[in-house]
Amino acid sequence: MASLDDLKKRIASVKSTQKITKAMKMVAAAKLRRAQESAEKGRPYSEKMNNVILNLSNGISDKENAPKLLSGTGQEKTHLCVVMTSDRGLCGGFNSNIIKKAKSYFAKILDEGKEIKIITVGSKGNDQLKRVYGDKIIENISFKESKNANYFDADKVGKLVIEKFEAGEFDVCTIFYNQFKNVITQIPQAQQIIPLNNEGEESSPEESYEFEPDEDEILSNLLPKNISTQIFKAMLENSASEQGSRMSAMDNATRNAGEMVDKLTIEYNRSRQAAITKELIEIISGAESL
Amino acid sequence: MSEEFKVEIVNPEKSFLVKDDVSEVVVPAFEGEMGILKDHISIISFLKPGIIKILSKSGDENYYVEDGIVEFKNNNLSILTSTIFNLADMDKSKQQDLLKQAEEEANKTDINDQSKYLADQKVEVLKTLN
Repeated sequence: MASLDDLKKRIASVKSTQKITKAMKMVAAAKLRRAQESAEKGRPYSEKMNNVILNLSNGISDKENAPKLLSGTGQEKTHLCVVMTSDRGLCGGFNSNIIKKAKSYFAKILDEGKEIKIITVGSKGNDQLKRVYGDKIIENISFKESKNANYFDADKVGKLVIEKFEAGEFDVCTIFYNQFKNVITQIPQAQQIIPLNNEGEESSPEESYEFEPDEDEILSNLLPKNISTQIFKAMLENSASEQGSRMSAMDNATRNAGEMVDKLTIEYNRSRQAAITKELIEIISGAESL
Repeated sequence: MSEEFKVEIVNPEKSFLVKDDVSEVVVPAFEGEMGILKDHISIISFLKPGIIKILSKSGDENYYVEDGIVEFKNNNLSILTSTIFNLADMDKSKQQDLLKQAEEEANKTDINDQSKYLADQKVEVLKTLN
């Protein structure tokens, strides 16, 4: 059994760990509120964008000559996967959930005999993926310096993706991120952004629009923007999810530390009492023998 | 009958402006300035760098935009843009900064015709502001 001194030291160390996790939880809670707010505020933009594109693609007359970003290259040989994770750890299953989702997707694609290329956004994803899929990672982007998710960063990723698409480096592009549902639940998502997947989202064939300039030109201008918008949306959802996940992970850690302190305190008191009892017995039996 | 309609400007971060007593909006559409009044036909167009003028009962407002999409439908005008500034909030130094950036961009040699055109537009618009 551990000595009294050892127990005392352990209690102190668990207590200070608890203080740290508690502070991290508070910080995450404050950041979560902000991240959630900006995720909600960002929704109208991506929704509107989606609407406009839907209306446009329904109105397009010549499906054969539709922009490639909308209709695809006509084959599905090379898949580009943009895996979006956080730059910091200690956030529970946040990163591993995305990685798990991404890995099962990779396995499926590779089984079909197709090629994959990976872009990682966020250093944690890169750390976990480079061991197995190191040779597949073509780019690693990290926004450690940016405090909050901002459109400028998303646009950079979007431009990169489009550049590679136009160079014919891939046919299908999928982004992986965590969708924020609530503090305890984040759902890892795989969303295909190239070619644009509008299945099941038929808008009612209402009045037709007037286009200026014509549809094709608007579409070819709009689609690249939509890529950036989707990536930005993913970044916002991700940052809210990260904070939510960190908050619940740190909450658990704080609780576990508390339980541990209780258990150790009981053990400490028991052994302290045992020592006292032992001393008393020794004194009494010493006195009796006289 | 009132001659007013609703305008909503959204940027990626948030809903930038919502106004429902607007009588006329002038947007810098790609093929020239376009004035929109109530009961305009449904239209989708995109913007080049320029000034959005919003005329309403509660006062006129001017915004500087660098890009964007406008959609008008059922007397709802939605403007999606990634870069927008209210001219009233924009001071000279901010304008100078933007102008400098735009000029640098316009002077690059390795850009394609369209981005060159857009950058030139930016410079032009910003110069008229000063």
